[in-house]
Amino acid sequence: MKINVKHVAKLANLPISKEEEKKLESQLSEILDYVEKLNSVITKGVEITSQITGLENVVREDKTESCLTQKEALSNAKNTHDGLYKVKKIL
Amino acid sequence: MKSVIGLEVHVELKTKSKMFCGCPADYFGKKPNTHTCPVCLGLPGALPVPNKTAIQWCVMLGLALNCKIPLTSKFDRKNYFYPDLPKGYQISQYDEPFCLKGSLKLDNGKVIKIRRVHMEEDTGKLIHATVGNEDVSLIDLNRSGVPLVEIVTEPDFDNSKDVKEYLQKLQQIVRYLAISDADMEKGDMRLEPNISISKDGSLPSYKVEVKNINSFRFAEKAIDYEIKRQLEILKNNETPIQETRGWDEKKQKTVSQRTKEEASDYRYFPEPDIPPIRWTQKQLEGFRKQIPELPHFKVQKYENELKIKVSDAIRVSENIEVAQFFEKTVKIGSKHNVSPQSVANFLLNKGVNTSNITPAELIKTIISTSTYATIDNSKIKKAVEKVLRENPKALNDLRVGKTQTLQFLIGKTMAEIKEKIDTKIIIEEINRQTK
Repeated sequence: MKINVKHVAKLANLPISKEEEKKLESQLSEILDYVEKLNSVITKGVEITSQITGLENVVREDKTESCLTQKEALSNAKNTHDGLYKVKKIL
Repeated sequence: MKSVIGLEVHVELKTKSKMFCGCPADYFGKKPNTHTCPVCLGLPGALPVPNKTAIQWCVMLGLALNCKIPLTSKFDRKNYFYPDLPKGYQISQYDEPFCLKGSLKLDNGKVIKIRRVHMEEDTGKLIHATVGNEDVSLIDLNRSGVPLVEIVTEPDFDNSKDVKEYLQKLQQIVRYLAISDADMEKGDMRLEPNISISKDGSLPSYKVEVKNINSFRFAEKAIDYEIKRQLEILKNNETPIQETRGWDEKKQKTVSQRTKEEASDYRYFPEPDIPPIRWTQKQLEGFRKQIPELPHFKVQKYENELKIKVSDAIRVSENIEVAQFFEKTVKIGSKHNVSPQSVANFLLNKGVNTSNITPAELIKTIISTSTYATIDNSKIKKAVEKVLRENPKALNDLRVGKTQTLQFLIGKTMAEIKEKIDTKIIIEEINRQTK
């Protein structure tokens, strides 16, 4: 299967070089071909599932807990300004 | 040529805590980045756990909008990169939302179909500013992870007036349920219309999404502008491009923001951190019972059972506190011969603050200030007849538009009846007899 690696890389926000693009194209194709083997399994009568843990209805009560301080929240940020994260202008 | 408009409305829920963590959901006016934790900052290894109340409120809104509630539902990841979304994905719902296929009826009888009502999380807030000499975007993540319900309609609208009415009705229902303040100016309720124009009645090949609408008035203006803009393009035999535009209130027009990504570009997949939700019929029945009587039922009841004017019924039921106060007052009033209509009149015209007075006190006030309910209509009619007969000059003055004579005639009628009564009834009777 032919894959538009550039498009996939853009969606994943990953910068890739020309060589990487070539390499990834064949690798991703191989992965897809491999996964495609699943199509040969007969799944008639098998219920569709997106989870296999068997868990259901894991929820929490609407109660507040303590938060990080502003200083802690910003401690990993490259750039900050007045208690806010700072990034290059977008839009 | 026919406008085709569908709506996506986001409503922020007023739960105590956020959607997937225990941080306070109340972010308005708070110091930036003080309501965050590893979950809503999207730090590695954090585990989101859904807020039970938020989910229940989402289902209750779905029920109030006549939706079907599937017994199983799940969350999905919607992947995209933007600085206000720290995880690189938003937890939302894709193919198994909590509520499906509902409807909302407008006053003109038109039914707007609701495609789905689903649960997701809000993003952080971006502030665009200049710091030093640099143009930057500043991020406050207090809003990140606040519960958000999205209500999506089918493209059933063809004009901005219906859109406005739908929004007002939706806001009223949300407020009746007390699940959000739904204040558009504050961003509790946000509207994104999808607008296109059909040449032949079939669904057009493109649609334009409009953002940045934060009042009912802007909604009307932005939609009207966008319809006009697209008509111009179509007149030149071109097709408007599919894109996202923003309403610019200063320029009074919509401005291009970005070309719209296809849905598949979000690469939705099931959220592996959150197990599916399954309801029992009994639980859903329980939610249904928690839904108060909704405005359109109240209007019908007030009009048909309490026999009050439909315009008054609509006004009395505008908000649930006033409606409930009205109902209690009517109940007490029925024991004192005070009609529902006079309660409505008093509530609507005398500026009663329902939080400063009890229904019983209001009935006392109504009885002491007007004997409207106890005076026989025929007595008023006879008195007015007599006064008009005995004052032909005043009657003539009134007929030629000298309105000050009205006061004179009211005084005469009062003297005739010898009891204190609501002047409005006398005015109505005079108008009737002099028509």
